Amino acid sequence: MSTQTPLAPAPVAGSSAGPVRTQRRLPRFAPLGLFLGGIAVGALLSALTGFSIALTVVYGVVLGTIAVYVVSRSVEGRRTATDRLVTTVVTTAFLIAMVPLVSLVWTVLENGLPRLDSTFFNSSMLGIVGEGGGAYHAILGTLIITGLTTVISVPVGLLTAIYLVEYGTGRLKKAITFFVDVMTGIPSIVAGLFAYALFALFFGGGVRLGIMGAVALSVLMIPVVVRSAEEVLKLVPNELREAAYALGVPKWRTILKIVIPTSVAGLGTGITLAVARVIGETAPLLVTVGILTGTNLNPFDGRMATLPVFAFYQLTQPGVPPEFGIQRAWTAALVLIVLVMALNVVARLISRFFAPKTGR
Amino acid sequence: MAKRIDISDLDIYYGNFKAVEGVNVSIEPRSITALIGPSGCGKSTFLRSLNRMHEVIPGARVEGKVVIDGQDLYDADVDPVDVRRQIGMVFQRPNPFPTMSIYDNVIAGVRLNGGKMRKGELDDLVEKSLRGANLWNEVKDRLNRPGSGLSGGQQQRLCIARAIAVEPEVLLMDEPCSALDPISTLAIEDLMTELKERFTIVIVTHNMQQAARVSESTGFFNLGGVGQPGHLVEFNPTEKIFSNPDEKATEDYISGRFG
Ligand SMILES: Nc1ncnc2c1ncn2[C@@H]1O[C@H](COP(=O)(O)OP(=O)(O)OP(=O)(O)O)[C@@H](O)[C@H]1O
Ligand SMILES: [Mg+2]
Repeated sequence: MSTQTPLAPAPVAGSSAGPVRTQRRLPRFAPLGLFLGGIAVGALLSALTGFSIALTVVYGVVLGTIAVYVVSRSVEGRRTATDRLVTTVVTTAFLIAMVPLVSLVWTVLENGLPRLDSTFFNSSMLGIVGEGGGAYHAILGTLIITGLTTVISVPVGLLTAIYLVEYGTGRLKKAITFFVDVMTGIPSIVAGLFAYALFALFFGGGVRLGIMGAVALSVLMIPVVVRSAEEVLKLVPNELREAAYALGVPKWRTILKIVIPTSVAGLGTGITLAVARVIGETAPLLVTVGILTGTNLNPFDGRMATLPVFAFYQLTQPGVPPEFGIQRAWTAALVLIVLVMALNVVARLISRFFAPKTGR
Repeated sequence: MAKRIDISDLDIYYGNFKAVEGVNVSIEPRSITALIGPSGCGKSTFLRSLNRMHEVIPGARVEGKVVIDGQDLYDADVDPVDVRRQIGMVFQRPNPFPTMSIYDNVIAGVRLNGGKMRKGELDDLVEKSLRGANLWNEVKDRLNRPGSGLSGGQQQRLCIARAIAVEPEVLLMDEPCSALDPISTLAIEDLMTELKERFTIVIVTHNMQQAARVSESTGFFNLGGVGQPGHLVEFNPTEKIFSNPDEKATEDYISGRFG
């Protein structure tokens, strides 16, 4: 990181005579040390007024940043000092942003791990009031309903995106883009109520079906698929389309055989992330699928259990004594997080393995 | 099977902007025709209107006639897809399909058009086309590697192999050598000279020597001024264009005096 080039004659520090100026630099760990020193002083300050972690952090960050800036400014000059200031601020912001994430994962692990046993994956809640029981039925329910959602949303979303990128022009394209944007912002409970109202038209009020949940989740998932697929399809260079046209390949076949294969990695990633987005939705499933203590694997026949709703009910109606239900709720949350993380890993793998290879 | 192309009163538009105006010219079969002219005068635009690639751009349209074999390409009942099957094109930047191997790139035209061929026939076609494009020896051991792993010049020759594999009657080339070194350029020029036995070739180039070396006829395009449509100033046998052109503008451009 030194600005000194080996070929230049070593000039006197601080002199501006030569074309290459050397600078005095702080030792490598000095900024970190200064910052930690600032935090220590901050801790002392907050101890004066009755110790609290929040105050320590606020005082410490401010003092540490100032210390780094001032020392660097007096030793290294203005440009480097500004650089250090910005580095410190950005790093601090990043660390602060990490706090809730780490704390969340920690809490879920701490509370969820005790019940992460084989019973949890093997048994439903049929006949369970207190200890024991599991989320076998809810895990399968979530997989089935999310699978159905994917089956509905991917064709609709993908075809919409293809229309927008390859065919759409003028008003209609603008209108569709606008409505997709609006749909992206729909509150999830509204999607649930929509599906409920739709099915109530045919089956009467109070109806609960797995497929209703899938329809509600599709309302949330389709716009996400459209958006991500649209971005990915736009990335396919026009030259490839023209190359295919120039060979006398019709447009639809160009899309099928050139555009989609070229972008399949991005499409797969987008779809997987869209699934991850809806798999934890609770509100729409609450009003459309409800909850069941036993196992129902038929999405066209009555209530089903799903992981998020399971967690919700285990927490709000934990049974007697309550701690077992609450434990099950945490474990369900943990399983859900693991599922979402697995989906993210799958998305990465897809983009790694399907990306066009250069083979150099 | 090479075909003669008769172009009459051709105006080419991008939306409301008239890019090229009033082109009248006949392009001889089994010959190389070069198009030269300053940047932005509409050479690419004109070339793309010869196989109906122009209308791929939203809002782009063409007025006038392009007659091949007594058939106007712009007749209402002509399918642009059929036109492009007969008139192949090589682009300025090499654009092999990144998801396909070298082998698949060569047969892309046949396969994507739903042609059914046995493996043996396909192998023969690949070898014939790659030999035709002067690339066979370089890639014969790695036909199953991705086409995008080749060098720029090799990619361009791969694109030429891909274009000639569908046996077009006319081959349009838009500055095919602009990104290539002199050796690859010579290879492609030799190739063009071989290909003109079978195809009608139209090539856009900024390289006067190249036009002089390979072509039988040369067309000079020029612009009236900024924002005005380009037009064909002169179309003559190449020797005449480069020794005593009819038009002063042509002479100025060729000898480097313009503006
Ligand atoms: N897609 C497009 N949309 C609108 N105008 C265009 C488009 N492509 C080209 N033009 C315009 O048409 C005119 C001719 O462009 P063209 O690309 O045919 O020039 P050219 O002679 O091939 O130039 P070059 O030698 O730089 O390739 C230019 O004024 C250009 O701005
Ligand atoms: Mg051009």
